[in-house]
Amino acid sequence: MKKTYKIDVDCANCANKMEEAAKHTAGVKNATVNFMTLKMIVEFEEGQDPKSVMPEVLKNCKKVEDDCEIFF
Amino acid sequence: MNKKQKKVLIRIIAAAALMILFSLLPVEGYVRFAFFMIPYLIISYDILRKAGKGILNRQVFDENFLMAVATIGAIALGDYKEGVAVMLFYQIGELFQSYAVGRSRRNISELMDIRPDYANIEQDGGLTQVDPDEVEIGSIIVVQPGEKIPIDGIIAEGSSTLNTSALTGESLPRDAACGDEVISGCINMTGLLKIRTTKEFGESTVSKILDLVENSSSKKSKSENFISKFARYYTPAVCYGALALAVLPPLVRILFLGMSPQWGDWIYRALTFLVISCPCALVISIPLSFFAGIGGASNQGILVKGSNYLETLSQTKYVVFDKTGTMTKGVFEVSGIHHSQMEDAKLLEYAAYAECSSSHPISKSLQKAYGKPIDRSRVTDIEEISGNGVMAKVDGILVAAGNAKLMKKLGISYQDCHQVGTVVHMAIDGKYAGHILISDILKPHAKEAIRELKKAGVTKTVMLTGDAKNVAEQVASELEIGEVYSELLPADKVSKVEELLEKKNGKEKLAFVGDGINDAPVLSRADIGIAMGALGSDAAIEAADIVLMDDDPLKIAKAIKISRKCLRIVYENIYFAIGIKVLCLILGALGIANMWAAIFADVGVMVIAVLNAIRTLFVKNL
Repeated sequence: MKKTYKIDVDCANCANKMEEAAKHTAGVKNATVNFMTLKMIVEFEEGQDPKSVMPEVLKNCKKVEDDCEIFF
Repeated sequence: MNKKQKKVLIRIIAAAALMILFSLLPVEGYVRFAFFMIPYLIISYDILRKAGKGILNRQVFDENFLMAVATIGAIALGDYKEGVAVMLFYQIGELFQSYAVGRSRRNISELMDIRPDYANIEQDGGLTQVDPDEVEIGSIIVVQPGEKIPIDGIIAEGSSTLNTSALTGESLPRDAACGDEVISGCINMTGLLKIRTTKEFGESTVSKILDLVENSSSKKSKSENFISKFARYYTPAVCYGALALAVLPPLVRILFLGMSPQWGDWIYRALTFLVISCPCALVISIPLSFFAGIGGASNQGILVKGSNYLETLSQTKYVVFDKTGTMTKGVFEVSGIHHSQMEDAKLLEYAAYAECSSSHPISKSLQKAYGKPIDRSRVTDIEEISGNGVMAKVDGILVAAGNAKLMKKLGISYQDCHQVGTVVHMAIDGKYAGHILISDILKPHAKEAIRELKKAGVTKTVMLTGDAKNVAEQVASELEIGEVYSELLPADKVSKVEELLEKKNGKEKLAFVGDGINDAPVLSRADIGIAMGALGSDAAIEAADIVLMDDDPLKIAKAIKISRKCLRIVYENIYFAIGIKVLCLILGALGIANMWAAIFADVGVMVIAVLNAIRTLFVKNL
């Protein structure tokens, strides 16, 4: 399952770091962050509930870039 | 500027003013240090805080940390002014970047401003604005002049001219009357329209396009992936380089050369390394270039589904076309009347009347060329002779319209046509009266399009068609297309494209251009599939990588030019940014470049790269 989320982040490199962090979150199959459109497309693994995975994604992103936000 | 940016701007101005003021004051020692700490803290408190948090989260190599180390180091060495200046310019760079990115985000969303906010529904004699999502199929919506059509449908009442430029980039308005199909996203210019919707909002053209554009850059190009990988290794590499530069040369000097270690000098050189270590210029300018390129293209009615396709398109050397619907209009029109024994218009009138009861495309085109309403009472005794043509009495005169077989059957001598197309021979009152040539006509810009493609660096043009050989060859020679393969079934087109794919060498890419109706397999097989005339055709929007909203073949060359410009700018930025940075690293290590040069390498290069990237947006005159 793929879902698109709006994000807020200031710099392009931070967006790349968020992408890496989101990719390495448990339950996430793949993630793409688009800095220009400020969107994160998350592909969840089979049987994972986005509602429980997304807070983890946000937590991991906050670790690499304190000044970011994901709206879910 | 938003609030955040304004705040940074105020801090920059304040810190810069204080820095200039204090460097003019004749103070020394601790007082000087205390004075300079004021602008330093004003400009850098957020960076220092972020750097601290980064360390706690074990994210050491981020630019905040590097800037903090570089500036604190400079201050520790007594270079107060440089310490403040580095941070100051770093903030100016960040501010500029966030402003530029915000501007281009807004610009591009304005270019694609086609989202309708509401639909008007007639209720109790008045108009009510409702959310387009809530309108059911088959409802009647009202579109007033100046409003956007929110949902696809058929005009039930009224007529108007529509501006499709937001969708197609075509500035010529289109007329629409009762019974015409209209697509969402067009702007109603003149008359009031009542439209019976045929789709839900989510399935309407405008939603599909917005969806496509908004998700376009999720497919990243090789250049973008290269840059994110580069950034991941570049920063740590430069940091370790800085560490080595600070420690190794002084140790070598003491241990082996017996000279004084000059710690301060080498640490200063190492700090300049740290200032250059941020890959910002690349990381921001490359996606920005692609984003602007895709935005500029969509403004011209060219939708690109991802920056990877823009990259592939720029390497296109082979362009393969479908004929019907791509290079030709795909509708049959009367293209000539020859050997007529009477006035051309009169002959056409007889032909149209004789064929008036048939719905064959040929009959339709005759009726269309005649252009006047047909009075059925003038026609009697219609007899269709299958595979031959029609015999009928028009105003009591026997008219025979058909192919050569019909003429032979009637024993009437006829003249062959030397042009390619379908020939309708006419015999009136038993005598040969000339023939009418009907053919699929070329699109107005077809020839120019091929010429432009060649100019844009396409080395090989190939046309594939299911049509007869002589028709195909005539079209190809008229358009000056290099190769032509005719009488192909849809499956043959795929195998022909595969053959061509094998023949070309690795770096050259092959694009296939079709009208998307039964080309889906070929569109997906080619390196890059371009569907044209896609307005309203969902299948084409799905199957293709690049969608041309109108059916003008000139747009193919335009798309290639846009992609070339975009990629040229991308490479300019890559070489320029990496080049300057490496140069400054070398000069810094040798002690030639000081911290001011490092600031230029970091912030200056970023500003220039971003400005260069924004150029991609301007594609109108390509």
